[in-house]
Amino acid sequence: MADPLLQISKLDAYYNDFQALYQLDMSLGEGEVLAIIGSNGAGKTTLMRSISGLISNNSSQMRYRGNPIGALRADQVAALGIALVPEGRQLFPSLSVEENLLIGGRLGRKGPWSLRTVFNLFPILKERRTLPSTSLSGGQQQMVAIGRALMSNPDLILFDEISLGLAPVIIKSIYDALPNIVGEGISAMIVEQDISKAISVSNRVYCLQEGRISLEGASKSISREEISHAYFGIT
Amino acid sequence: MDWVNVIVQGTLLGGLYALFAAGLSLIFGVMRLVNIAHGDLIIFAAYLGLTVVMTTGLHPILALVFVIPAMALIGYALQVGILNHTLGDDLLPPLLVTFGLSVIIQNSLLEIYTADPQKMDAGVLETASFSLGDLQLGVLPVLTFGIAVVVIASLQWLFYRTALGRAFRAVSDDQDIAQLMGLNRRHIFGLAMALALAVTAIAGILLGIRTSFDPSVGGGRLIFGFEAVIIGGLGNLWGTLAGGVILGVAQTIGAKIDPGWQILAGHVAFLLVLAIRPQGLFPRISG
Ligand SMILES: Nc1ncnc2c1ncn2[C@@H]1O[C@H](COP(=O)(O)OP(=O)(O)OP(=O)(O)O)[C@@H](O)[C@H]1O
Ligand SMILES: [Mg+2]
Repeated sequence: MADPLLQISKLDAYYNDFQALYQLDMSLGEGEVLAIIGSNGAGKTTLMRSISGLISNNSSQMRYRGNPIGALRADQVAALGIALVPEGRQLFPSLSVEENLLIGGRLGRKGPWSLRTVFNLFPILKERRTLPSTSLSGGQQQMVAIGRALMSNPDLILFDEISLGLAPVIIKSIYDALPNIVGEGISAMIVEQDISKAISVSNRVYCLQEGRISLEGASKSISREEISHAYFGIT
Repeated sequence: MDWVNVIVQGTLLGGLYALFAAGLSLIFGVMRLVNIAHGDLIIFAAYLGLTVVMTTGLHPILALVFVIPAMALIGYALQVGILNHTLGDDLLPPLLVTFGLSVIIQNSLLEIYTADPQKMDAGVLETASFSLGDLQLGVLPVLTFGIAVVVIASLQWLFYRTALGRAFRAVSDDQDIAQLMGLNRRHIFGLAMALALAVTAIAGILLGIRTSFDPSVGGGRLIFGFEAVIIGGLGNLWGTLAGGVILGVAQTIGAKIDPGWQILAGHVAFLLVLAIRPQGLFPRISG
């Protein structure tokens, strides 16, 4: 295999004195889709925040295209082409739908995504473009959050629980859009509570448990038993 | 007619107070920073203008060409060099540091310019007036008010119609998520302070033409600016102009009743608004 796009080695992450991640090793190839699963508090969001630079780590614990990025600030990581769709959407309430998208594109990286292509992906957003982002339904807000991340034309996009709190039919429509996104050649890391969903959209899956990797494997070949064992720690 | 005159003069005075307040409002809005040194920075800008006028012989209004960029640069350096390090979840460190800054500015001005009151000479602009119906209006107060309206309208446009304004609002909403958009908040904060002090430059020059000043009067300007912001409602620029006008009108009405009551009447108006509508008259609106 060629050099991975993202290589995480012996990653520790802390909230003050509390250690949330322990010696994580992980790799993600160019064009690959990884699923990250694990129960509440396992450290999935912490991993996303570490990669995107919201939590600062040791420089060499994370390499992107071979360069150490662990100690970079979030805006520097974003400029390298890593985008995060944060847990809970976290739109800017004082910005309209369109402004949320525009600010996602302010880095001006080249690529397929623009206001026009995001509106093609989620046509409802075009109708709602001038409204405050907070006036949208949960599903529509999630579309804005995804569109905002895409607007930076990332090479790697991180999704943190994009189905959280949404109705099943909405979740389906959002996941239906996913092939159009990763089909453009971007790599993705998807945090998802719904295990079968996670497995169906990914190439490989990592399971986290209490800040450690409890299982790693190809999504096609991994078994239900292995997962429930890794997920709940049943021995 | 007397009272109409009082209200018109108070309104015009309110333009100056809005200029004191706009910078305060802006930096509080973007980074939740309460700048205790704001009034002293206004006076600092006035002295800077005085120096430019004395060395170049320029008219004080034209001195703005130097003072605005100088104050903007100082603002950026101050924010990135010092104030950014004080920002966090705790409101106390920025308060203490800007209080210290206030003391430093006052004492430096004392060292350099002494405690003697100074004034900028704007020639006929100071005394020129024209009549409008039965009213006699000074050109300088009208000009000041016009500048205040233009400044507020420009800030409003910048905030709601430009990419920089979008960045200001995004950082104000959520600093972490804004960083994910590639915005370096330290730089954005620096730009906000630069903009705030550019407005302060205008306020300082107009103040220095209108009245005499000395290094100790910054505190009073801070209070007026602060009251205008609170009366108008935090985070609303047009509200800040309205707040300035209300403060100005209250002061001139107070002065009309008894010259000693000018400042007191302004404070009473402020306290009344605070008691009746603690969120201010026009709390944050968008667009
Ligand atoms: N800001 C914080 N301060 C202190 N501890 C935190 C903080 N955020 C998370 N933690 C702790 O870190 C651990 C990992 O949390 P994290 O949010 O990464 O879990 P998660 O896998 O994303 O869970 P969920 O499925 O609920 O989103 C948990 O024990 C959590 O309590
Ligand atoms: Mg989480």
